[in-house]
Amino acid sequence: MSILIRGGRVLDPHSGRDAQADIAIASGRVVRIGTLPAGFVADRVLDASGCWVLPGLVDLNVRLGEPGNEHAGMLESEMTAAVAGGVTSLVCPPDTDPILDEPGLVEMLRMRAEKLHQARVFPQGALTRGLDGRILSELVQLTLAGCVAFGQAEKPIVDTRVLQRALQYAATFGYPVWLRPLEPWLCGGVAASGLVATRKGLSGVPALSETIALHVIFELLRGMATDAGGPHVHLCRISSAAGVALLRAARAEGLQVTADVSIHSLLLTDEDIADFDSRARLLPPLRQDADRQALSDALADGTIDALVSDHTPVRSDAKELPFALAEPGATGLELLLPLALQWGRQAGGPGLQRALSVVTHGPAAVLGSALGTLGASCGRIVEGGAADLCIVDPDQSWQARAGELRSQGKLTPFAERMLEGRVRHTLVGGHVAYSRPGAAG
Amino acid sequence: MRSARNLQLNRNGELVHLLSTEGLPREQLLHILDTAGQFASVSDREVKKVPLLRGKSVFNLFFEDSTRTRTTFDIAATRLSADVYTLDIGHSSTSKGESLLDTVANLSAMVADIFVVRHAESGAPYLLAQHVAPHVHIINAGDGRHAHPTQALLDMYTIRHYKPDFSSLVVAIVGDIRHSRVARSDIHALRTLGAAEIRVVGPRTLVSADMVPMGVRTCHSLQEGISGADVIIMLRLQRERMHGALLPSSEEFFRTYGLTPERLQWARPDAIVMHPGPINRGVEIDSRVADGPRSVILPQVSFGIAVRMAVMSIVIGNEADP
Repeated sequence: MSILIRGGRVLDPHSGRDAQADIAIASGRVVRIGTLPAGFVADRVLDASGCWVLPGLVDLNVRLGEPGNEHAGMLESEMTAAVAGGVTSLVCPPDTDPILDEPGLVEMLRMRAEKLHQARVFPQGALTRGLDGRILSELVQLTLAGCVAFGQAEKPIVDTRVLQRALQYAATFGYPVWLRPLEPWLCGGVAASGLVATRKGLSGVPALSETIALHVIFELLRGMATDAGGPHVHLCRISSAAGVALLRAARAEGLQVTADVSIHSLLLTDEDIADFDSRARLLPPLRQDADRQALSDALADGTIDALVSDHTPVRSDAKELPFALAEPGATGLELLLPLALQWGRQAGGPGLQRALSVVTHGPAAVLGSALGTLGASCGRIVEGGAADLCIVDPDQSWQARAGELRSQGKLTPFAERMLEGRVRHTLVGGHVAYSRPGAAG
Repeated sequence: MRSARNLQLNRNGELVHLLSTEGLPREQLLHILDTAGQFASVSDREVKKVPLLRGKSVFNLFFEDSTRTRTTFDIAATRLSADVYTLDIGHSSTSKGESLLDTVANLSAMVADIFVVRHAESGAPYLLAQHVAPHVHIINAGDGRHAHPTQALLDMYTIRHYKPDFSSLVVAIVGDIRHSRVARSDIHALRTLGAAEIRVVGPRTLVSADMVPMGVRTCHSLQEGISGADVIIMLRLQRERMHGALLPSSEEFFRTYGLTPERLQWARPDAIVMHPGPINRGVEIDSRVADGPRSVILPQVSFGIAVRMAVMSIVIGNEADP
């Protein structure tokens, strides 16, 4: 199958390309950007005039609800949501049911995802068995089964010695460890500590919960530097200005760390809890505007590498509860691109290229060698590389209402926002995995 | 998605639910107190009933134990001639959260007009207010640590009864501020009424600097906290606060923050002492103070009936925006 994407504005933040060009695709790869090769005959032409052609998005934190929700067909819906949002590669955390701590479960998930021919799924394995923070998972065998990283999702390791050994063991094999910095005794609240939580009588999570955990992780990495070096640690969903400051210092010092931030922490604050709106019940909890600003600055200047949707489909009956009892999380896959664009285009914002970078080659670079041969083109548009692309109507306005979303998760604190930018087509490995109903071409 | 609208008020600024004293406009607050003043005289009459809620149904939905508050709501609704139904849902396991909306949907079908709701979770009455029909009213009888607006209103009524000029008042709230919905609601109401100074008093584990932006002064010694105070509101200390390393013992709390006749001397000589009840004698307050001449704890209870009558009679006449 050969495809011609005609007349789009090709934007590739890795190379800085921003020009109108045709893209020729054959055998799953980008054959040419610009002048078509002699004799190229397209089986299908996608008219991209007036549209942007972007690298497929890479989302480092997506809950697919599988294993655990097979009866609800959740893998199917969430994989469709991914490509509807232009996401062609995604990492799913291990806090599934059962937990991703056995090679067989990982293989099953990958196989079921591959059969859907939609986004590429990169599972993150559990760093400890059952995420219980006591016994190491079989990291080598899990890697052979397809895990690209290891982490604890929302369950911090209480025993620091286990954390130290987990980092040492992962470093032995060069496996990345993804941690959300959580001090286990301070992270139990439901809203960020501060005036909003105090006024509303909600239990607070202090920024200390993040900074103490960061100090522990960084000290452990420093302790390993004299040895053979620590593993690459990716810090998931940094949420506080104080956490950003520590991260910035750690990077300046040369520690091998990367980080991401969620669309929620980047664009919302605890004021968005309003009248106990459970759509704003999130992990990490929304913090104050100074935190939001620091996160935005850090994402703009590269201290934070990637923006993630933190996609968590939650059924509405699990949200129609008093704030603290509501299940945390929000739908996000289909909002990642328009929210990144909103961030990039806002007054004083970092601009279009950076906004695209943090959802494409920024997160791809975090994955690095774990991507294998895909590494040369993931999050980029490269001749000879895999044709993972999305074609976007940049000015189409829409709202994330239930009927507009493919995900089974229908609830988001962004529901009332007017979003700009909507995916028209998504290609994964040269295959048109998604076309918006009614879209031209 | 910042909600600009105040869920308690309709487009015309009329009170349709009572959820919190935060965002309750001064004129609404005074209207409730003035209306309560009229009802207070009903309590002194031979026939204590007025027909304002005749044919209306008031459901008491208590998802958390309460005797005093529930009883005063019962009495208030009965005096307004309403049909009163009390559902003691109590500590009914983990399903209490899940059943919340279902319970209310079922009861709404039985033609409820007012739900008086107490729930262990902050914000629960907001969830209900967002889901009930426009003619149904929610009165928050205490939600988690968040708010207890009728208690605050009866506290304001009591204070105004003894000390009519709020602008000169120093009010000290003493005890477990961190977990207290009464303290939060009192603070908002006192601010709205223009109290000169509001102090919150207790150890740092129970009184946090996070509260300062709410317009209070934090004090960590009882002497500093009640010196020159006109009004002292003592809060009930829950036994479970000894867990979680917030306090070592109730004895030590009494020794450091308990209100005794000797310590009461630090306050103004005409200071009044209040308590939302039920009292832990010898934990936060000495019996000689609780039963003494400065105590207005029992008048608080009877004013509470008038205030709850006022709230119910006001909301019943107002319809929420569709």
